[in-house]
Amino acid sequence: MNFVSIIFQRLLYAALLLTAVLVLNFSMMHLAPGDIADTIAQANGGADAEVMEQIREDYGLDQPFPIQLAKYVGGVLSFDLGYSFFYNQPVTTLIFEKLPATLLLVITSQLLALVVGVLLGVFSARNPKGASSYFVTLFALFGYSAPVFWTGILLLIAFSLKIPILPVAGMRDVTIEGGFFIHALDIARHMVLPVITLSSIFLALYSRLCRASMMEVLGSDYIRTAKAKGLSDAQVTYKHALKNSMSPVVTLAGIQFSAVVSGAVLVETVFSWPGLGSLALQSIVARDTPTILGILFFSALVVIVGNLLTDLVLRMIDPRVGSKG
Amino acid sequence: MRNFIRSLTLATALVSAVASTSVAAEEPTKGGTLISVLFQTPRHLNPAVQSGVVTGAPGAQLFAAPIRYDEDWTPQPYLAESWETSDDGLTVTLKLVKNAVFHDGKPITSEDVAFSVDTIKANHPFKSMFAPVTAVETPDVHTAVLKLSQPHPALMLAMSSQLMPIIPKHVYGDGQDPKSHPQNSENVVGSGPFKLTEFKRDEHVILERFDKFFMEGRPYLDKIVMRIIKDQSAGSIGLENGEIHLATFMNTVRNINRMKKNENLTVTPDGYAAIGAIDWLAFNTVEGPTADPKVRQAIAYAVDKNFIHKAIMLGTAADAKTGIHPGSPLYNSDVNGYDLDLDKANALLDEAGKKKDATGTRFGLTIDFGWPSVKPQAEYVKAALKKVGIDVTVRSSPDFPTWAKRIGGHDFQMTIDTVFNWGDPAIGVHRTYQSSNIKKGVIWSNTQQYKNARVDELLELAGKEPDAAKRKALYKEFQEITANELPVYWLNTLPYHTVYNNKVGNPPLGIWASSSPMDKVFLKK
Repeated sequence: MNFVSIIFQRLLYAALLLTAVLVLNFSMMHLAPGDIADTIAQANGGADAEVMEQIREDYGLDQPFPIQLAKYVGGVLSFDLGYSFFYNQPVTTLIFEKLPATLLLVITSQLLALVVGVLLGVFSARNPKGASSYFVTLFALFGYSAPVFWTGILLLIAFSLKIPILPVAGMRDVTIEGGFFIHALDIARHMVLPVITLSSIFLALYSRLCRASMMEVLGSDYIRTAKAKGLSDAQVTYKHALKNSMSPVVTLAGIQFSAVVSGAVLVETVFSWPGLGSLALQSIVARDTPTILGILFFSALVVIVGNLLTDLVLRMIDPRVGSKG
Repeated sequence: MRNFIRSLTLATALVSAVASTSVAAEEPTKGGTLISVLFQTPRHLNPAVQSGVVTGAPGAQLFAAPIRYDEDWTPQPYLAESWETSDDGLTVTLKLVKNAVFHDGKPITSEDVAFSVDTIKANHPFKSMFAPVTAVETPDVHTAVLKLSQPHPALMLAMSSQLMPIIPKHVYGDGQDPKSHPQNSENVVGSGPFKLTEFKRDEHVILERFDKFFMEGRPYLDKIVMRIIKDQSAGSIGLENGEIHLATFMNTVRNINRMKKNENLTVTPDGYAAIGAIDWLAFNTVEGPTADPKVRQAIAYAVDKNFIHKAIMLGTAADAKTGIHPGSPLYNSDVNGYDLDLDKANALLDEAGKKKDATGTRFGLTIDFGWPSVKPQAEYVKAALKKVGIDVTVRSSPDFPTWAKRIGGHDFQMTIDTVFNWGDPAIGVHRTYQSSNIKKGVIWSNTQQYKNARVDELLELAGKEPDAAKRKALYKEFQEITANELPVYWLNTLPYHTVYNNKVGNPPLGIWASSSPMDKVFLKK
């Protein structure tokens, strides 16, 4: 099978999958009891019956389910994700307003987790029985099992309260004045704790996986050959072994990109990071159906594109993948 | 009755303002940026078409109301320099200050007052605020006359704070739906002491001093930055390390108690009397065992409020014996408070014919709760009622709308709930007890389906009684009857607290907390 037909086939699957996601999400949201009229009443501290009827009418919630569904799917097909009930803004505007902050947080955290995770993995694979290796394992296990909101609050208490060197919340300090550099530095300061918190989960995954795969590779014949050639330890580890043990880590990183969005929801809430995660939580709490559906649709899109890319990249770096298909 | 308040000059207003806060006895300094915090993102910033305290905090800075209230529930002139109610109570005349302008420089006129009342009446969720207003006449630019179908004492509170923002007709009257007007969130043209610089959802609302504000020399602050921080623990840390100067509506009791130990901070429950939030245990008074008032009284005797106040609220909340907030001048503290008495509870249940079976159980009940923060009360009620033979099942809801659907649909036996007074009982209290407000599908209507002809009559009369003393007597009787029949059993006031850095002068501790103008707030040097 050639590349073009594979891509074509994948895109067809993706389109079908996205439609299924749309219909399924919409139906599930519809099944849940209660609606936006209740949450608008809550935000208002109460509302009269006629007001609530008016809200339901305004948002088309009084229409039968098939009509609502058809309207929504039709809207999405024409690239219209609808209007947020809660904010009275187009959902696409809201999503693109929040996307940069989330991407900044997520990509930085992923990179940090990947680099530090791989280094720790290599380090502990080289001396698997040493005390430091156990320390790395313990550290990874802690990062993976501690809930992120707890890690976040602990870090806040440590570095914002006890040793007050970092800000508690948000993405920037609006009272600061200055040029681009000062603002970039300010955002970097605000990023430190959320990035550490979010990367702690993935760091554990990557370091464990890298350690396991590294140990496997280090035991193989060609490594022994390389050592017998008289290459230094570092050369063997980083030039020969690491390259080959990276493949599972890359695969995992590709898949994990979808998990990052869900991780971001919690981290963004603890640190009031103004991204998609905050928006997702807010719209779920408010039962703001168009926004939730928009974010879910967008996440599905990210996952599908991510998987497609991972697949293609793996085919390129490892000819064995897909050779039989 | 002629209730004419002499018009006050700005100078005396200023003197009285300084005098009323003479506890601090400090000369206000000008300038500076106050950093405060909002614990949710407001939907938008126009309180004319959106209630709730999150819109109220920025809304009361952006828009001025005709009057304002001091700490003792006394109305003070604000955009209206004086007001007068006719003898029959059917006409209220407002005289506006002459030098007031909107943020775009256009003068504030009686036309705008009429437009604001119309907009609020048509779009605000609290229909009872202006329901008796039949027309607003504008005999001249600075005089607005509200015509009423019946005397309406709640009007005074409804004309204050965030409830009656004066919005410009030339902006919000352009034919677009005011509920979704684009200038509710950006380019807001207000009438208040601060104008909008920037509103970024999930980030901040930035307000700056409006130089042409009609009160000379005010506001004192140059800028207010309201940071949106959704996690109260993170917000508390910000207060403790000095990053944030002021937070209102904090209700996480452990954070509150921890901050009390910080010497740079003042933590106070003052300022929430008008908002008047009360936690309560509501009963289905029509179906199931709780239809019998004796069962409801027995439950009240079996639930130890003292435990709730001390162990769950950790001393941060006050007792509430009736549906009117204890901070209100209309509160009746002489009613039965149902102190813990298990013998009485058992006797009442026996009397109601609910005998214990062989296992010591009388009957089963369910209890709902609307949000996680009141779950401990629900769990406690379960444990407390076990002692008198009532087997309670705690029914969780995955989220608020699910709970609202159940309670609004009358599909419940007991529920823990939080309801707000919103200033005058006619606005926030009547709705729970009037039989005319039994409306299936509407949360915070009379979901208990409580019916008492005398209560209906009392509330009807109190709603239009212009004489303060007579009105108080009517509400006194109303509170006696409801405390006896217990459609709901009131547990405690919400532990709302204001926390501020000691650098802050004149923090918003009036009856409306942060939903009041912060023109007098200043930062000490």
